[in-house]
Amino acid sequence: MSDITAEQVAHLAHLARIALTPHEIEHMTRELGQIMSAVERVNEVATPDVPPTSHPIALHNVFRADVVGNTLTTAEALAGAPEADGTRFVVSAILGEEQ
Amino acid sequence: MARAELMNFDAALDQFEPVIGLEVHVELNTRTKMFSSSPNPANSQFHSAEPNTLITPVCLGLPGSLPVVNETAVRYSISLGLALGCSIAASSRFARKNYFYPDLAKNYQISQSDEPIAFDGGVEVELDGGRTIVVPIERAHMEEDAGKLTHVGGATGRIQGAEYSLVDYNRAGVPLVEIVTRPIFGAEKDAPALARAYVATIRDIVLALGISEARMERGNLRCDANVSLRPRGAQQLGTRTETKNVNSLRSIERAVRYEIQRQAAILAGGGAITQETRHWHEDTGTTSAGRPKSDADDYRYFPEPDLVPVVPGAELIAELRAALPEPPAARRARLKVEWGFTDLEFQDVANGGLLAEVAATVAAGASPAAARKWWTGELTRIANATGRDVTELATPAQVAELAALVNEGTLTDRLARQALEGVIAGEGSPREIVDARGLAVVSDDGSLYAAIDEALAAQPDVLAKIRDGKVEAAGVIIGAVMRATKGTADAARVRELVLERAAAS
Amino acid sequence: MSCPEASGTLAGSGDSGSGNPAASELIRLTAAELSAQLVAGEVSAVDVTQAHLDRINTVDGTVHAFLHIAHERALTAAADIDRRRAAGEKLHPLAGVPLAIKDVLTTRGMPTTAGSRILEGWIPPYDATSVRRTLDAGMIPLGKTNMDEFAMGSSTEHSAYGPTRNPWDLDRIPGGSGGGSAAAVAAFEVPLALGSDTGGSIRQPAHVTGTVGIKPTYGAVSRYGAIALASSLDQIGPVSRTVLDAALLHDVIAGHDPHDSTSLPDAWPSMVEAVRRADVAGLRIGIVRQLDSSSVQSGVSTRFHEALVLLEKNGAQIVEVDAPHFEHAIAAYYLILPAEASSNLAKFDSVRFGLRVTPPGGGTVEQVMAATREAGFGSEVKRRIILGTYALSSGYYDAYYGSAQKVRTLVQRDFTAAFEKVDVLATPTAPTTAFKLGEKLDDPMSMYLNDVATIPANLAGVPGISVPAGLAPEDGLPVGIQFLAPAREDARLYGVGAALERALHAQWGGPLLAQAPDLTRMIPLEGGHR
Repeated sequence: MSDITAEQVAHLAHLARIALTPHEIEHMTRELGQIMSAVERVNEVATPDVPPTSHPIALHNVFRADVVGNTLTTAEALAGAPEADGTRFVVSAILGEEQ
Repeated sequence: MARAELMNFDAALDQFEPVIGLEVHVELNTRTKMFSSSPNPANSQFHSAEPNTLITPVCLGLPGSLPVVNETAVRYSISLGLALGCSIAASSRFARKNYFYPDLAKNYQISQSDEPIAFDGGVEVELDGGRTIVVPIERAHMEEDAGKLTHVGGATGRIQGAEYSLVDYNRAGVPLVEIVTRPIFGAEKDAPALARAYVATIRDIVLALGISEARMERGNLRCDANVSLRPRGAQQLGTRTETKNVNSLRSIERAVRYEIQRQAAILAGGGAITQETRHWHEDTGTTSAGRPKSDADDYRYFPEPDLVPVVPGAELIAELRAALPEPPAARRARLKVEWGFTDLEFQDVANGGLLAEVAATVAAGASPAAARKWWTGELTRIANATGRDVTELATPAQVAELAALVNEGTLTDRLARQALEGVIAGEGSPREIVDARGLAVVSDDGSLYAAIDEALAAQPDVLAKIRDGKVEAAGVIIGAVMRATKGTADAARVRELVLERAAAS
Repeated sequence: MSCPEASGTLAGSGDSGSGNPAASELIRLTAAELSAQLVAGEVSAVDVTQAHLDRINTVDGTVHAFLHIAHERALTAAADIDRRRAAGEKLHPLAGVPLAIKDVLTTRGMPTTAGSRILEGWIPPYDATSVRRTLDAGMIPLGKTNMDEFAMGSSTEHSAYGPTRNPWDLDRIPGGSGGGSAAAVAAFEVPLALGSDTGGSIRQPAHVTGTVGIKPTYGAVSRYGAIALASSLDQIGPVSRTVLDAALLHDVIAGHDPHDSTSLPDAWPSMVEAVRRADVAGLRIGIVRQLDSSSVQSGVSTRFHEALVLLEKNGAQIVEVDAPHFEHAIAAYYLILPAEASSNLAKFDSVRFGLRVTPPGGGTVEQVMAATREAGFGSEVKRRIILGTYALSSGYYDAYYGSAQKVRTLVQRDFTAAFEKVDVLATPTAPTTAFKLGEKLDDPMSMYLNDVATIPANLAGVPGISVPAGLAPEDGLPVGIQFLAPAREDARLYGVGAALERALHAQWGGPLLAQAPDLTRMIPLEGGHR
């Protein structure tokens, strides 16, 4: 399973929206192979009878009352934006379809 | 775009069996968003907010911000699940759906994956002619809405050809419940009508529950329609398309019908259906190809580590179950009897998606007949003529007021239609418009007597004829009085008074 | 045990910038001592703040613990505290005490970068809850401290803004990811700092800098405003020179926060009280067989076992316990962390905040996002995002992320079983003393192995403390001992930590760091060093 290929890394980089260079892809393919073969050890003990734990301390039903709180001003909301038109964030053309 | 080949609908049904599946997104009308205390634009109170004003660090996905679940949204979701006949999960979890898109502030959507709040239900949907079909519900899960993109620089305001886009995150984080049906078999030629009636039923349910404004033109209720065809006798399901965001009841029916005809033409011509999303175009009544569904769609769901499980107790479920409004089918049966409608009259209301409006109008004091007449008559006519959704034209309270004004004799039907124009134009309540426009029927007999006496005095020959028993001559006087009162008088009353006056003089 | 041997060379006189004869004494004081003097009116908050700012001015060009120094804001806040105190207002005991904040925590109006180029210049519109609580207590933030980019690392070499140096030896790493907070405290630039610990990022830097660091129980301190690395592992905690000081800060920051759904609703006992009552008589201390391995450096092992002997002399009972799944903890950690991080770091997309890089000749928003993330993230961050994306991807989820979450269950069970036999566990905090800058930079797996003893606590959510245990004989560098307690038993750690510290201080004649005979020997000035 740790036979990770450069094509896979390129696909992962696309999923993660990182424009890795060919050199990085090559380097990372090698590193990931090593890391994955080390971390695959989890399967030595992760048998079907063991339930997964996603939260270290189990809580449930943590809710918020439906009460309006403080909001940011539009200026505060846009303050950190690389580009804005005064009321909205500006992004360059979108190629993909809406989800 | 090139117009697709379509097969005649009946011919398509002869060769193929349509199988549909529907995904309805309901925006809940809680005061605040799903995971943040920002005001919720799906609540009418905050609907018209300026861009990026309903914003907290959570809505923008600012580094360090964390979601906290809105308890009311959970209660609404459970109520909806129960109303859909679903089981409520003993333990339900949120999951992250990871994909990049500029309207998605965190580049993941908090949704639910394998542990939805509600699952395995069914909704009885009634079609024209009284046929009912139980639509099987696979699941209803909680999630958050995305922001809104405005595409600038393209010819059509669409995404293609735009130079850049603007992002407003007001809608980001609006609480949604996504209701997913199982594949629906056996609707046959009724498939398009069933799709429409199903969404109308969901709309009735959420309105009865009071958990959504359910205004389709605002996107409070959105439908994605999956359609596939299989040759008669085939076991295996055909390849399906998913037509996204069909946002009126009428369009849902048209879009399903269109897809059946389009797919049938392709299949009959030996072609294959591409599994893809398709976009519905209201203007042309067609769908066009969108994004192909592929293995590249890898959403990498995993349990949302910032949130903890929702474990609805039996007590809560019992409480919400007890508070449920009656099921739509039972409600329809009851209302039909209560309102005294004929089958045809009732179908008119139900198929127009107007049950909730008529019920609310009756509740506001109108007679069922008047409520039905206004909603399925004048309002529907205006809606069709203007391309607007009938429910956005007037509120039930306004219609009830209009009916009351007619009933008490203040307005004639003709004047009431004028008042309705004012209501639609946003001039105020019917009573306010009657006052402002001076529309009221002159019901003050005193002022009518003056006008009548004046007219009789001006035309003694006519008075003589009336006295001689030539009652039809009264028409001349009535006309004069109506002119004098600019049409605000009730002609029937004027006639009575003219005869009375003539006899007395 | 002898006094620590300074590793640098003497170079001129430090502290020359203060112009206040008392300044060099003020910076040596612990937070508790400063608090006492401030409350008694013997010093002003402005003097205390100025002394520490002077110290930063003198040494931080070399140590590089800070990414941002809030000079004027600190003095203004200190003057305000002095005014309020003079007006007779009842203030928190820590009011006027300086604080450094790890740059992973959002600070309203103060730059917050998480050590990344992608957030350069970002000024958050809100304070992290932990920061807010220190501000409400009247503490004076002097600035933001350096860290491995997005807290990914054990050396602070992965900061986009250059490494921090270990004040004990400037050629060595200060640990990580919170090397900045630990170095700032160790270099007497500040008495207290906030850190974050996802797999040891508070405790391992404490170990290599001779400071005290605590990772509280998961959920004890709000994560709201902590830029998430791995949401189910991250925890905010204090860094200090003494256990009491850590307890003072812990009591300020711990407590339920409605903005964090994983924040525990518990009412917490006072950690300061736990320090004051410190006593190990009858305490059962477990040592984990699986962690007592030959890969631990001899001097680290020596000081660890000496500390245990000392605790035994004070009445503790040492018991060997098994934790068979601890050896799988690193593997699980390096699946869970990248998986969660790959999702948490998706928000850095050039739309709402931070860097935007447009490819030559423009591009679609997808291309701009990808170019920004390529340019804005360092290699370690990219490596872990790709790793995490892989671990979550369709077809691999069960084998990687799913299995890792099962190992997490097994590690928790190991803790549960161990804590049936003992009250706390003890381990060397890390296998070695501070390694040299650059030594492990090209060897990610070896860097990852540094966290072998600290990671299990994060997987299970239990609290851990690292307390100085002395200097390793072979290299004269600090060694820490780690104690772990059951979830919610943070006070127990303060008790055992304070008891050990008291016993060691009695041997040393004072705190390990305060032993430095001349601060300038520990922190040579630029140019004077080798």
